[in-house]
Amino acid sequence: MMVLLVYVAIFVVSMLVWGRIKRHRDRHDFTSLKTVTFGDESAITPDRVASVISVLSVFLIWGAFTGSSVVPLHVPGPFIGEAGFSYTARDASGAEAQAQVRILVHAIGAKPAAPAVPEGPAVPEGTGFAKGDAAIVAAWRSVLIRPADNDGPGAQVVAINGQPIAVDQEIDVDGGSVTLTGKGSLNFQAARGMQMEPIWLPSPEAVGTRLVEIAGNGFQNTSLWGHLGASLARVLAGFVLGSAVGIPLGYAMGLSGWFRGWFDPIVEFMRPVPPLALIPLVIIWFGIWETGKVVLLFLAALWIMVIAARSGVSGVKLSKIHAAYSLGASKAQILRHVIIPNSLPDLFTGARVAMGVCWGTVVAAELVAAQKGAGMMIIAASKFQLTDIVVMGIILIGIIGYGIDTLMRMAERRMVPWKGRG
Amino acid sequence: MSGLIIDNISMRFDLPNGKSVQALQNVSLDLKQGELLAVLGPSGCGKTTLLNILAGFLAPTEGQIRLGGKRVMGPSPERGMVFQQGALFEWMNVRHNIDFGPRMKGMPRAERDRITDHLLETVGLHDFGEKAVYELSGGMQQRVALARCLANDPDVILMDEPLGALDALTREKMQGLVLKLWKETAKTVVLITHSVEEALMLGERLVVMAPRPGRIFREYRLPFAERGVNMDLREVKRSKGFAQTRDEILEMIWGMEEEIMGKRDSA
Repeated sequence: MMVLLVYVAIFVVSMLVWGRIKRHRDRHDFTSLKTVTFGDESAITPDRVASVISVLSVFLIWGAFTGSSVVPLHVPGPFIGEAGFSYTARDASGAEAQAQVRILVHAIGAKPAAPAVPEGPAVPEGTGFAKGDAAIVAAWRSVLIRPADNDGPGAQVVAINGQPIAVDQEIDVDGGSVTLTGKGSLNFQAARGMQMEPIWLPSPEAVGTRLVEIAGNGFQNTSLWGHLGASLARVLAGFVLGSAVGIPLGYAMGLSGWFRGWFDPIVEFMRPVPPLALIPLVIIWFGIWETGKVVLLFLAALWIMVIAARSGVSGVKLSKIHAAYSLGASKAQILRHVIIPNSLPDLFTGARVAMGVCWGTVVAAELVAAQKGAGMMIIAASKFQLTDIVVMGIILIGIIGYGIDTLMRMAERRMVPWKGRG
Repeated sequence: MSGLIIDNISMRFDLPNGKSVQALQNVSLDLKQGELLAVLGPSGCGKTTLLNILAGFLAPTEGQIRLGGKRVMGPSPERGMVFQQGALFEWMNVRHNIDFGPRMKGMPRAERDRITDHLLETVGLHDFGEKAVYELSGGMQQRVALARCLANDPDVILMDEPLGALDALTREKMQGLVLKLWKETAKTVVLITHSVEEALMLGERLVVMAPRPGRIFREYRLPFAERGVNMDLREVKRSKGFAQTRDEILEMIWGMEEEIMGKRDSA
């Protein structure tokens, strides 16, 4: 909730500030002279400043809420240091005594020596049976303190720092809060602050360090490139097979009524089935290893490519076909020189969608079972609560997916420069 | 080589709703080699259907088309076609669009290039051979379409409103080009248009078709195309008989349109 509010605040403030700055800059291009931009699609270009601020603010918030050292601003972190409180105990005879509890809260992973038990009673008028206690605990964690262990039989805690306490009641003390349990112990919870525990979300630099480490040493006997390469190889194999079958099938469906009639029900039925729903069946039929995954990706790419090729063929203008016939082209020549080139823009669109779906599917398939792969890396790390590897894996998967799409778009611009200009 | 004979063509087909349409009824024409026929008529009179039958994309239910004594059974390179929107291949540059026909025939490169260079010159696009067709203006694209058709050296050129999508000025220039090409190549040309002026200026012969059923309503032999070869087209428009014939045909077509409207209103 807090994160969302901060994010919206950054969005609004930076929009207003940048809008103010922009208004004072001289621009003389055509768009700047338009009085109507709301609804004019051509007047809306992505503001690159917004993109930069957007990415920076994600890192800023990420860093601020994880106590990162690369970000100057932080929300209050967890309490670290020495916490303490005093309690009042009452024994069977009704006499009251006070004692101190001292708790050392240390950063996660840095365990210090136990603090000395404070002298008790700390307050002179105490009856003397209460003895001080000490404990150590990691930040964000809680620790159980048992005053009854050394206060003598029958002693019961009745107040914390002078405030009366009942069972299950929580009282704030320096550096945390104390709850009285049903068995008479005190549960000290170190103050959490507003930052995230590394196990929930590691800081950006922790992820970066982990990336360097895994890039150097690998993860579970396979190098980082081995994992990513395994995923990519599966995607490519599935996509190539899917295209090799799907494109000719799509062409046939676009060119022959019998083919279209025959395959339409199959394609239309299979298309809305998410590939992930096929995983159980594919595992039963083809096993959990490479064959199963490639078959799954093949199925993911197949229907998309069939539909892309079919619409590519249907999209050819009849006059172009007529022109080619009256210029003396044979059917094979028309297929080769008119229908196939004409369908390329649709094929590229389909290929981009198929690559995206395949990349998503391979990660999910590796979550189920794999020895290497980006998805396997995530799921294996999550079992050991190595959240930094999980986050690193997610970022790498995102970057690779984006990279694939960028490459496809570049290839498209090179190979079908006439797209949308027919 | 001899002429194009349209021998008593009728065409009738069934609609999905059970009715049937008489698109053409008893259309006969006899075109000599090198004649330029313009076909005019209100929309729905079957002029595009007739052209598609001539091209061989549609089969008539009765009658036949003969070119040089041979019956037309399907599309063939001896009947070239120019479409309204060019129907160029965007994935090929101008040169490859023009030499598409010869290339498909397997003509050697050198010969193809000679033909293409000549045609690029003829249609006034000599510097545009390596350009992408989508970079050209509408008028230039139609020049490419004309050149592409001529590259195949067809006996007959069929034009389906080839200048219909162009602006008035470009259109006028292109009309001059069509006349010039017709005179230079001595091809038989069938031109479909719904501009009466264009039909008058380009058509050596002119048929006006009437709708429901599509049939030939009136036929003219006109002197204007011949005049246009040596004269500025605007001069031709001012020349003797032009305005009178134009008004006569316009009246005729308006009459047909009104009749259709009237029928529709009463129905």
